[in-house]
Amino acid sequence: MHKFLIRSFVSSLVLLFTLTVAAIAKDVKAAFVYIGPTGDHGWTYQHDVGRKAVEAAGFKTTYVEGVPESADAERVLRQLANSGHDIIFTTSFGYMNPTNKVAKEFPNVKFEHATGYKREHPNVSTYAARFYEGRTILGTIAGTMTKSNVIGYVASFPIPEVIRGINSFTLAAQKVNPNIKTKIVWAFTWYDPGKEAEAAKALIDQGADVIAQHTDSTAIVQMAEKAGVYAFGQASDMDKFAPKAVLTSVENNWGPYYVDRVKAVANGTWNQKDTWHGIGDGMVVISGLDSQMPSDLQAKVKKLQADLASGKVHSFTGPIYDQKGNLMVAEGKTADDGMLAGMMTYVKGVEGDIPK
Amino acid sequence: MIIDINFIGLIIASIMASAVPLILASCGELITERSGVLNLGVEGMMIIGAISGFALMTVTGSLIIAIFGAMLAGVLISTIFAFLTQTLITNHVATGLALTIFGIGISAMIGKNFVGIPGKEFPVLYEGLKDTIPLLGPILFGHSIVFYFAFALPFITSYFLKKTKIGLIVRAVGDSPESASNQGINVRLVRYACILYGGAMSGLAGAYLSMIYTPQWIENMTGGRGWIALALVVFSTWNPIKILIGAMIFGGLTIIQFHMQAIGVRIPVQFLTALPYIVTIIVLVVISRDSRKIRLSTPSSLGKSFHKDN
Repeated sequence: MHKFLIRSFVSSLVLLFTLTVAAIAKDVKAAFVYIGPTGDHGWTYQHDVGRKAVEAAGFKTTYVEGVPESADAERVLRQLANSGHDIIFTTSFGYMNPTNKVAKEFPNVKFEHATGYKREHPNVSTYAARFYEGRTILGTIAGTMTKSNVIGYVASFPIPEVIRGINSFTLAAQKVNPNIKTKIVWAFTWYDPGKEAEAAKALIDQGADVIAQHTDSTAIVQMAEKAGVYAFGQASDMDKFAPKAVLTSVENNWGPYYVDRVKAVANGTWNQKDTWHGIGDGMVVISGLDSQMPSDLQAKVKKLQADLASGKVHSFTGPIYDQKGNLMVAEGKTADDGMLAGMMTYVKGVEGDIPK
Repeated sequence: MIIDINFIGLIIASIMASAVPLILASCGELITERSGVLNLGVEGMMIIGAISGFALMTVTGSLIIAIFGAMLAGVLISTIFAFLTQTLITNHVATGLALTIFGIGISAMIGKNFVGIPGKEFPVLYEGLKDTIPLLGPILFGHSIVFYFAFALPFITSYFLKKTKIGLIVRAVGDSPESASNQGINVRLVRYACILYGGAMSGLAGAYLSMIYTPQWIENMTGGRGWIALALVVFSTWNPIKILIGAMIFGGLTIIQFHMQAIGVRIPVQFLTALPYIVTIIVLVVISRDSRKIRLSTPSSLGKSFHKDN
């Protein structure tokens, strides 16, 4: 509550200031609406890295951080649209309805909504990243590097994005090592270093020697480093936080897309799109591979990366069964985007139930 | 699953490590409250301690400067609270809440440049002895100096309040500032000191999080632990030993619920996540149900401003 109050207050100050600044310039102006603080070193931080790329490309940008997914979002969007911004990026799923609502009122302003699916007006585009492709690579590495055959996975909230990641990771790990077990612990937070570290410690104490995470802080890789097990970086390259533990990281790379879209507005070539980019388009980036990985594994990962990029390999290629043994994807088929977007069941081999 | 004795030792050690910030902040707040001052700014002081410790460590490279700097930062921010509530006689509750909001905001501002920087390794003591004794080895050895201090603190605090003259003065000021004042005790001075001490301990608790427990800085990294520390003080009925028990139960259940998830116990995860809060409150209420003792240990003038021009 207090956090919210101060955020709203600071946000409005920042907004007021930036709007004044923005009103003076004449070129294309882009605005970014963030759910969290730019200091989270995770989701919002990576979007802000993307925003800085837009600045570096010579455009004026504005951002408002800590905007709740409520009527506040509408107010912020309306203010941004009113104050001469040409394109507005809304970077959280919950901004879906506010974005479409405000877009209707401002047909000349372009709106870009991250991770959503509603494009009710011609000036609304949606974009998301295929992070599950990165998790296919992590699963392959984890399945090969584990000695205990127990892999720990710290998850955040039971939403399709996270379930898809767990499934993609487990399928890949099983493919290289049918004996592995994926133990999942739900932390019910996106970032709380203390809790994340405790979750990772519990998994390590129970024999996991590779830890994957779908939470944002670096506490997990640091815990892995202390305990002498392997881990993977999330959202950004976390190698420097745990040089021995981190085998590679999956980075969120929004910059190229943002620059592209802002340029399109400047050239008058912007049109409505639904973008879901993966490794191939560079929205999902695999950091450098750690030298502790044997060279044949490194070669295998490089090839997998190339095949995922070219589309030769798909993370969800049949036959895929759910936990009860029902066929989800038939042999030789791949899961379509609709199925991926709504994925709320575990595949065979994942232990436990999805919290309801 | 095979439960061997060292596994239990490991779990107990991680429970103790997670209880450290709660014990530190609670014991500090306990002294503040025992002097009759209710400071709801623990979360704010903790987060200030966290960013100060991390920033000083990064800039100066010295862990000692960083730890003491974090405590000093806690003292400085609590000085604002002390000045407002004791000198300007503002409302304790409102001022404390403002302190938390202020702390979170200013830590985010200072912290902007420290996001994404790895922390330094904090030295641990007696690492080599860890494997010499089964079960007790990982519990007793291989921890930071702050860890050992935290587990000594409840006993020191208890001794201080019960057996020392200054402890008696603090309690007198908290129970009846008027009588204490008539006895020639400078109530305002005592309360200032207790507030600043609470600030130092909260600052240390924050530094433990950002420098030792999870060496990094991200915004809001205290994650509400200041509020839990506050609750522990009340539910322990201002008894430092019960704070220790409460902090261990709270930390313990947080960790054990993760273990239960990993083992695959079929209990709804949401229930497991809520368990630490529920059980800690129940246990502390049950062990503190003696109303006579509660009356004795509750500072009678808690949260009431003391007006006297001297």
